[in-house]
Amino acid sequence: MTATAANTSDAMASAPGVRSATDVDWRRSANIGGILGITAVFIGLVGMAVGLDKRMLIDPVLSLGYLFVLAIPLIGGWIAAREITLEGMTAPIKGARDIVAGAVAGLVGGAVVAMFLVMLNAWDLQELLPNWSDALLDMYTFGQGVGVGIVLVLVVGLVLGAIGGAVHVIPAKPRRLLSIAVQWVISFAVLEAVIDDLLGGFGLQAVADVIYARRGGLLIIPGLIIGAIAAFVAHRFEGKGAELKTQYMELEPERKNQVSKQGLIIMVVLGIVLPIFLGKIVNELLSNVGLFILLALGLNVVIGRAGILDIGYVAFFAVGSYMMAFLTSPLAPWRESDGILSAVFGWLPVLNWFVALPIVVLTAAIVGVLIGTPVIRMRGDYLAIVTLGFGEIIRLLFLSDWLAPTFGGAQGIRSIPGVNLGFAEINGTDPRAVFYLVAIFVAIAIYVSSQLETSRLGRAWMAIREDESVAEAMGINTVTTKLFAFVVGAILASFSGAIFAAKVGSVFPNSFELLVSIIILVVVIVGGMGNIPGVMMGAVVLIGVLGGPSQPGLLQEFSEFKLLIYGALLVFMMLKKPEGLIPNAARNRELHQEEALQDAWLKGDKPGTTKDEVDDAGPAPSAADIDGSLGLGGATS
Amino acid sequence: MAATTSAKPTGPTPVKNKKKSVFQTNNWVDIFLTVVRLVAIGIIGLGFTLFVIQQATGEGLSSEALRNLIVAGIAQGAMYGLIALGYSMVYGVLGFINFAHGEVFMSGAIAGWIVSDTLFKNGLWESNFIVSLLIVLTVSVFVSTAATILMERIAYRPLRESPRLIPLITSIGVSFFMQNAVLGLIGPSSKNFPALPEWLSKKRGFLGIELEGTKLLVLFVAFVSMAGLWFFVERTKTGKAMRAVAEDKEIAALMGINVDRIIITTFAVGGAMAGVAGVLWGLLFRGVSFLTGFLPGIKAFTAAVIGGVGNLGGSMAGGLILGVAESVGPLLILEPLGIPGVSQLKDVVAFSVLVLVLLFKPSGLFGERLSAEDRA
Repeated sequence: MTATAANTSDAMASAPGVRSATDVDWRRSANIGGILGITAVFIGLVGMAVGLDKRMLIDPVLSLGYLFVLAIPLIGGWIAAREITLEGMTAPIKGARDIVAGAVAGLVGGAVVAMFLVMLNAWDLQELLPNWSDALLDMYTFGQGVGVGIVLVLVVGLVLGAIGGAVHVIPAKPRRLLSIAVQWVISFAVLEAVIDDLLGGFGLQAVADVIYARRGGLLIIPGLIIGAIAAFVAHRFEGKGAELKTQYMELEPERKNQVSKQGLIIMVVLGIVLPIFLGKIVNELLSNVGLFILLALGLNVVIGRAGILDIGYVAFFAVGSYMMAFLTSPLAPWRESDGILSAVFGWLPVLNWFVALPIVVLTAAIVGVLIGTPVIRMRGDYLAIVTLGFGEIIRLLFLSDWLAPTFGGAQGIRSIPGVNLGFAEINGTDPRAVFYLVAIFVAIAIYVSSQLETSRLGRAWMAIREDESVAEAMGINTVTTKLFAFVVGAILASFSGAIFAAKVGSVFPNSFELLVSIIILVVVIVGGMGNIPGVMMGAVVLIGVLGGPSQPGLLQEFSEFKLLIYGALLVFMMLKKPEGLIPNAARNRELHQEEALQDAWLKGDKPGTTKDEVDDAGPAPSAADIDGSLGLGGATS
Repeated sequence: MAATTSAKPTGPTPVKNKKKSVFQTNNWVDIFLTVVRLVAIGIIGLGFTLFVIQQATGEGLSSEALRNLIVAGIAQGAMYGLIALGYSMVYGVLGFINFAHGEVFMSGAIAGWIVSDTLFKNGLWESNFIVSLLIVLTVSVFVSTAATILMERIAYRPLRESPRLIPLITSIGVSFFMQNAVLGLIGPSSKNFPALPEWLSKKRGFLGIELEGTKLLVLFVAFVSMAGLWFFVERTKTGKAMRAVAEDKEIAALMGINVDRIIITTFAVGGAMAGVAGVLWGLLFRGVSFLTGFLPGIKAFTAAVIGGVGNLGGSMAGGLILGVAESVGPLLILEPLGIPGVSQLKDVVAFSVLVLVLLFKPSGLFGERLSAEDRA
């Protein structure tokens, strides 16, 4: 993105002026430096630095913890040297000045950390702050002791800040290749478990042994080779992707359909074949991701499509799981208690998963209506809090002694059988089978939500999200329409819950805490509200890499800090990229309307700019971005 | 789907002649809401009647036990009220729910623990309690005020013009972040405030009721803070500016009021109150942890709604009402219905109050005070 911005601004520079190296906004650099230092101290004190140090990324030079800590001055230097050029303004020439700006920020950050190190050395506050430890001191001084360490910290801050600033100076093309190479190397290091597993599955364990060190982490020379290959490939095929895309866009509609279908078939075949070669861990990971894709697709209908902020969404997941457990577990507490339930339903045999599923879905739909009906007319923010209230009420009731004879209280419901197919049983011991099961339901969910998107109902949802009063005036029954969104969301969540119950084999109230709702919310928002591929991608990246509420992800060392990261991510996304990574076109327009208008105005164009022109212009910052914040504005078309 | 059928062209004939089914007119929602209301009233009424009968036959609670419950409820409610002020003021000025306000309260409580623990080890806590309490209060208020100001500056200010739900989602993120940051900083275990000195915590008579000193102290501090806040909002120039901004931001700006500064002040004052509440929470319940903020935060929001959002006196009253309802409710209404383990259902009662109030009386008992644009 920056590359395109730089390209256009270079092209538009009419009167280049070379600035001296001291022409730096000192105060801004110093401020950024201060923030850098505080961030580094914070990461240290919450225990992230030391906790993540255990995971080697590149053996033996770089651990995940150091990557985190060292990335701070690098990014800070980059930010400090960044200048925002408005459309139509002359872009400043990048040069020594940017390196100085970055270096100053890095140095100030280093100074803050150095001060912290002095305090860390002098006082002992470990009783109050558990991470106020020697391990942290050791790590931040690179194991050299305080004296040398402080000098080192300053030097490292200075150098990395300068490098961060220098990124702007490198011409666009090498910068792109370099960034691709770095991305690939880090991906290879982070995805070690998957790649190892995959190579093992194809009988190439020997390759994995060459690439990765025995105690984990990419080895240096294979890392360099991977980076070089990635850069070479990127260089060789530069622009090919865009070319293919235009080719595809120019195809006849029928041919286009055909091509999409072929693509879909390839994906499906890959989805069926690939898990056979994958090991247990990765399959387990994939099935967890699948469960969250289901949940996220459901919440996507509620939030992304109908614009209802439901933060008690976990309630439907809980209802799905509990209902499945209730019907299929031979040891369900209500069968043994002598309450009304066992008297009335005592004849009910222990059901098969598939027989129970329609009942589970129906129950979830009913609960959806029961919760949805009263809240549907409230204003958005009160609705959010009330749904949260309902979610907590449902969890607390499952937990209470009052309903313990029915739902087992804190003990939950145990020995839930797997999914009985007649010839085999799918349960948690075979993650591959679970993955296939989840995949089928994910496919159903994708089909249903994409069909709903273009249906009359989907358009009604969109109209409501844009403007409820207008939608009502156009003859849309807003109450029933919104209620449908609630019910569709509830049903998708109950699918996920039903599979979850069969997979785990037991359900407890504390699997359904508020944080599950929030994690699903983060997944939907990071992926891109209202956009099915976006939401799926969000689930894959977040749940796959960081992990779910109680499921570990690829970076297991993160499990302690993932919630912290989820929170920070939610704030960051809302501030910088509320439309998500893969935005929904309509929502994007809604959120960036101002910017689009401004661009059009600055270019002196009428609003009807052709699509190509807008694409060429790349992201243009809004007025809000100009005052020194990150301007990841996103495409405006 | 009802919308499909109702969209048919009706022609020039007047619509009133056409009979619509219940589902087309959405009357069924009203019917449903009425049923919910009746069920709620029925449960409360039945429980209460049974309670009265039990009291009359002498097998219920002793009057002393009941009085203790009410006093405990008031003490807890005073804290809800203090936290609710922050929600209420911010909602009044900006029209959004600062979901992370509970975490501001928690940060005050944690800061209070750190300072009081240190003072306890120094011996100052025992030797001169009043001074140490003042130190603890000052630090806690400082920390939670700083937390809100940072929050406003980093997370909320850039979003002031965005669609309504965006700052709410952001504040959920901030809340989550703060919770887990504190978890990382001080660890998962619950931390205990040092015990109060004997002369303070012993029971004493007050207006004819035997009261623990701690509760008296809590009520006293809450009352003083509330009075200070009232003075600030109603009698100072900044308070007047604050009310003006709450009424209409643009006009206030035209009158020469620095809206940004007033908004920060609003956040800061709310944060300070939450800091006081944090220390009081620590003194009363002693245990604080990174999760301390969540439930009181939600409940304080309920209190703010009960009292009418934007209405400061209402928030305090709403806090007291909620505190008492939560403390007495389970025993008064659920216990007589024969439900076991009612003390576990305390939070269910609080959440039910939240849901019922938002459903049936979202403008609160004492009336909202919101600017015109937020009343929609």
